[in-house]
Amino acid sequence: MSPTKEQQLWMYENMVVSRRFEESIEKIYMEGKSPAFNMANGPIPGEMHLSNGQEPVAVGVCAHLTKDDIVTATHRPHHQAIAKGVDLKKMAAEIFGKVTGLSGGRGGHMHIFDSNVNFACSGIIAQGCGPACGAALSRKMQNKPGVAVAFLGEGAVNQGAFHEAMNLAAVWKLPVVFVVEDNAWGISVSKADSTAVPRNDVRAAAYGMPGHFIENNDPYAIFEIAGQAIERARAGEGPTLIEIETFRLAGHFMGDAEGYRPEGEKDALFEKDPIPSMRERLLADGVSDAAGLDKIEADALARVEEAIQFARDSEYAPDEDALTSVFAA
Amino acid sequence: MLDTKSNERRLTVARAMAESIAQEMRVDDRVFVMGEDIGDLGGVFGNTRGLVEEFGKDRIRDTPISETAFISAAVGAAMDGMRPVVELMFVDFFGVCFDAIYNLMAKNIYFSGGQSSVPMVLMTSTGGGYSDAGQHSQCLYGSFAHLPGMKVVSPSNAYDAKGLMTAAMRDDSPVIYMYHKGLQGMGWLGTEPGANVNTPESDYTVEIGKAKVLREGTDVTLVGLAMGVHNALKAADNLAEQGVSAEVIDLVSLVPLDRETVINSVAKTGRLIVVDEDYNSYGVSGEIITTVCEHDISKLKAAPKRVTYPDVPIPFARNMEQFCLPNADKIVAAYKDM
Repeated sequence: MSPTKEQQLWMYENMVVSRRFEESIEKIYMEGKSPAFNMANGPIPGEMHLSNGQEPVAVGVCAHLTKDDIVTATHRPHHQAIAKGVDLKKMAAEIFGKVTGLSGGRGGHMHIFDSNVNFACSGIIAQGCGPACGAALSRKMQNKPGVAVAFLGEGAVNQGAFHEAMNLAAVWKLPVVFVVEDNAWGISVSKADSTAVPRNDVRAAAYGMPGHFIENNDPYAIFEIAGQAIERARAGEGPTLIEIETFRLAGHFMGDAEGYRPEGEKDALFEKDPIPSMRERLLADGVSDAAGLDKIEADALARVEEAIQFARDSEYAPDEDALTSVFAA
Repeated sequence: MLDTKSNERRLTVARAMAESIAQEMRVDDRVFVMGEDIGDLGGVFGNTRGLVEEFGKDRIRDTPISETAFISAAVGAAMDGMRPVVELMFVDFFGVCFDAIYNLMAKNIYFSGGQSSVPMVLMTSTGGGYSDAGQHSQCLYGSFAHLPGMKVVSPSNAYDAKGLMTAAMRDDSPVIYMYHKGLQGMGWLGTEPGANVNTPESDYTVEIGKAKVLREGTDVTLVGLAMGVHNALKAADNLAEQGVSAEVIDLVSLVPLDRETVINSVAKTGRLIVVDEDYNSYGVSGEIITTVCEHDISKLKAAPKRVTYPDVPIPFARNMEQFCLPNADKIVAAYKDM
């Protein structure tokens, strides 16, 4: 299964939107936070987990999803949200904590919810796995089409919730795909120091489901394997586990000095930055000429700037909004 | 409320719960049940008996022993348009799955800014008194009621059990439905006969968030829920023999909490005793007493009292457990001490 020309360009476009978005957030996040770094200050307070470098995972998987499919995402959700079609302006406003945000400022960047495209998050490690199973069960019981994708990090595979959900999905043959983004680091602890097996795809065998490992953050390989898994799920054949080697080009969160990363590791990853390499491949394969890609990049930047401006221009919610939406209206 | 006329349709709490679920499942395809041993076994505490025979294994779904998976799956299903009823067999087991409950179930409406609803019921058994020790006998009412984003109810009798369950299944917010094992009508557990009351066959709801005055009185207000209500009623009988008129309030719901009914009662009686099988400190009893004190402390003619479970793990040995549990005699003694 190879991406069509349109799919390739869609993937590239969404990778670039995601990267420009993260670069913009990164810059604004530091406003008001210097000379002394205080997380509570500036237009974007709180923790900030950027996904620079992990874009291929999001686009390679979400290229196969429609807005009716379900994604449960993590504390590092921007790339996944963008690829799933979450409203960019409302997401930016949510990250700023504005009343025009997806959740009116109640959630912030770790809790991105957009029911229009069936996108939900949990800031707690591996806790999106169960809800993905439930959404998949819901579709199965209602005889409605739909696949649920649970994204998680490689550090999440040692959580019970992951294993419980894998078992449930398998024993009930649910249309779920578990996608592990292996960025090699659980905050500061390396995969080798935390996980008993070098590759987590082998864990699929314990639950009688197919497991795949994809090396080197390759959007084309991700597209292919994810496509097979999602097709399998749609056909009623049950869940799949995919682990994808990807690159964390930023710290765990902003402000992370990353002293734990070996010298040269990040430089080597930047050398393999998936966005320039995909651009090269698109050109080499004749999918687009340089002008075409330049336009995609310019449009992506414009979309991001519009979303950020919308967020900046929006008002904060009245204080008392904190007391509403605890229960369903 | 606690009707004991012999010609009426008395059900156990267990049967009332199952009847409510069956009736709702007949009219709403979105309702289904998940939990451990809720299918062929009919629930360890009888509250899903007969359902799998009528609705089949797809909608009455036995789960692996995997509370994190199936409770968080219920959250995902609820957000996708279903109305799951899930069972946490013993409330004590919340320790293995609390993230699904308080971080997902209870927070997704808020974090979505109200975009999503989470219409699910988490039913769970509470209470001791039968020597099951400290991992199978707790109530933990306060632990759940403390955390925002979930409604919490606990019926004291079959009528309320049925109506609350129906109301819970129709609610668009998550409801924790805590049923006391000693009120289930399961003979093997020992059971409180006062819980088996007239229960209409037709479907009806009991309002979540409304307390009930079960017995009117003028000298002291006894506030309780679930088993505590029955202890309070027995204490009220005992006090009546001694010429003391006790008013008994069944809270029915902890979240929302009907503070007004308690405040109005204490305004009349001037005395308050809270009966709670949950641990003494930081719980329901403290909340009820604070409610009254914050509103108008001058209404109190005496310092309020609480008859609760001491702050210790629940022991196995019968004598030690019974020593710790609230009972009618302790309530009477508390009154005399006021």
